[in-house]
Amino acid sequence: MSNPVSHNLAAPGVPGRVCGTTGLGVCLDAQRFIKLNAVAGIVFLLLGGIGALLLALTRWQTVHLLPVDWFYRILTFHGINMLILWILFFEVAILYFACTTPLNARLFSRKVAWTSFVMMLTGAVMVDYIILAGQADVMMTSYLPLLAHPLFYLGIILVAVGTLTGVFNYFATLYVARRDKSYTGSVPIVTFGATAAAIIAVVTLLHGAVVMIPTFTYSMGWTAEPDPVWYRLIWWGLGHQSQQVNVCAMVTVWYLLSNIVVGARPINETVCRSAFVLYILFINLASAHHLLVDPGVGATWKIWNTSYAMYLAVLASMVHGFTVPAGVEVAMREKGYTGGIFGWVIALPWRNPAFSATALSVVIFGFLGGITGVTLGTQQINIIAHNTLRIPGHFHVTVVGGTTLAFMGLAYYVIPLIFQRDFIFRGFARLQPWLFGIGITMLAFGMSFAGSMGVSRRSWDIDAQGVYGPAAHLWLGVLGMGGILAFTGLLVFVLLCVGTLFFGAKIKDRAMFDWGMPPALAGSRPGSLANDHYATKGTMVLTLVFLACFVVYYFANWKALADVWPVR
Amino acid sequence: MSLRPLTAPWFHAPAGHEKIWLGCAILWCFVMSLMMPYWHFRGKQNSTGEAYKVAPADFHVRVEKFVESNRVGTFKNANMANPLAQDLPLVEPPAGGDAYLLGRMWQWYPALRLRLGETYRVHLSALDLQHGFSLQPLNMNFQVVPGYDHVLTLTPTSKGEFTIVCNEFCGIGHSNMTGKIIVE
Repeated sequence: MSNPVSHNLAAPGVPGRVCGTTGLGVCLDAQRFIKLNAVAGIVFLLLGGIGALLLALTRWQTVHLLPVDWFYRILTFHGINMLILWILFFEVAILYFACTTPLNARLFSRKVAWTSFVMMLTGAVMVDYIILAGQADVMMTSYLPLLAHPLFYLGIILVAVGTLTGVFNYFATLYVARRDKSYTGSVPIVTFGATAAAIIAVVTLLHGAVVMIPTFTYSMGWTAEPDPVWYRLIWWGLGHQSQQVNVCAMVTVWYLLSNIVVGARPINETVCRSAFVLYILFINLASAHHLLVDPGVGATWKIWNTSYAMYLAVLASMVHGFTVPAGVEVAMREKGYTGGIFGWVIALPWRNPAFSATALSVVIFGFLGGITGVTLGTQQINIIAHNTLRIPGHFHVTVVGGTTLAFMGLAYYVIPLIFQRDFIFRGFARLQPWLFGIGITMLAFGMSFAGSMGVSRRSWDIDAQGVYGPAAHLWLGVLGMGGILAFTGLLVFVLLCVGTLFFGAKIKDRAMFDWGMPPALAGSRPGSLANDHYATKGTMVLTLVFLACFVVYYFANWKALADVWPVR
Repeated sequence: MSLRPLTAPWFHAPAGHEKIWLGCAILWCFVMSLMMPYWHFRGKQNSTGEAYKVAPADFHVRVEKFVESNRVGTFKNANMANPLAQDLPLVEPPAGGDAYLLGRMWQWYPALRLRLGETYRVHLSALDLQHGFSLQPLNMNFQVVPGYDHVLTLTPTSKGEFTIVCNEFCGIGHSNMTGKIIVE
């Protein structure tokens, strides 16, 4: 079709279909690129996951699998594949969904989407190749004066520009959908959250360009070496903020899945949306978290940036941590699950993998990832945490136990709804989020406790240093076993997804297999609690328990800090 | 519904439980924000990031001068893993004075002997790559960057032999890179 008149999915001649499950319109162009990006993402997830297993089995000091050169090579490979490739590809897929189906709109441009995908894929293959060829053993952060082969930087630049191109397609689709009035009213929270993620992604990727281009030209011998402190500052504008893109996308997925499975809606759209705006405004200061014990940046700068200007981005996460379960609680109570404070929790569809993944993601991200992150990112407390295993102990429960697990949950609906095939081996699927969630939690506990005993991250061996005792070795064993469990969960996920793409029963004009949703009971009164602001007792109790854990952990760390030598 | 555009007006001030939680969360964020400046005035462990630009070669000269004028002996490292750190000059800076510590692939140079309760200005820098100063088993960690003289004003308050581990990746010998601080 040439020169389409309208981007409204309902317009005649627009390549779209109506979903047999939800009755929503699906843009076929968007569908194709959701498929491509999701599959690419899952391939990189598997590659990064194999790396993860090798690393866990090496840090488990008793097993100590890899030789030293391959440990650092695989560590670089694992970081790039997980934190950059898997997440960015899957996020582009989420963006293409969020700007089309909820707005009843058509994807802006097929050509732009192809350009984005091909650039990202080329860059990704380049980076992976050069790492495995042993030309870029520089860790994901590639701190100067460490220098990798120019292809490493060029590959990352290509991935970043490709992603930016995809984000452009997203904004263009939003603009055209609004211009063509394919929807009326305000965009839904899912699109709103995805837009926040897209805005942060633009800022993030611009930081990436600012730091990677001069590093690339330096690696080619064309320009002088950039200052290493400047590099750290700007690189973390890329490195930390890109994780906030993940947070935003993950929270969006929480709203999406809790809506699909339980019928939850935000109890207060104003509050939820404001929280996303707080992310956009304040998250960029988080680069400072990596420079808290650095030379060259002063204490005032560190404090202001550490606290995200008074922790306003943390506030945003605490808001979502309340509104997501509160929305679920209200929906469940309206369905008639009114018993006690936690009656609705017991009745939740725990066997639905998308739901269990979401719930575990909320709990792991909040209780473990959030609390540790804010505490370790406190300016002075960072002295007893910087570059120890406590740091990966934190981000494995945010970006893996949080984001990756939420994305896995999403896949249990994306594959039936977009690829139109029902899952195979559904019993395994029901177990998978639990396996992965428990594994990653064990891994993170192992890392965090070993880190508290001073074990450093990114270190092949801890015995040569002669300072770590049996307790540290024990926690590294917990890390290793958690890694095996989590990898098993990941492998089950990838096999189920790939197997379903080939062998899953085709869905054509019928509803997908129902993973299990809580049925409305006899006394159900939909919408009855919309104006009852005291209907979320269970959530209130849960969040207060969360706050209590937070306070205890936070002050325990100040106490630990007070025990070390005075320094300024 | 979270997946469909909103047509009804959606601006509502927070109320009830949500308002209570927002209040708790804002209060907590406020407490956490105040803790950091508070600790700068009342706490003893702070990272001020005091640093000066220095060319690695110049820093090297300062370190050698410091070693020459303050050397008190030789530190024999019982740990055989790192051939580069077996024999280090043992250097005792004057109480209240400056001490220099150099990170390079793969050793911390020299070994320092400090006195309990005295305060020293420890100058940290690197010759080649970035390194991580990680004092064990205390678990105090600071970043060391070539080109920057990172000054820690440090007061040892416990006696014994402390190991400096490198906790920033610096190449193949990274995990063997250790150094010593002895407090008497």
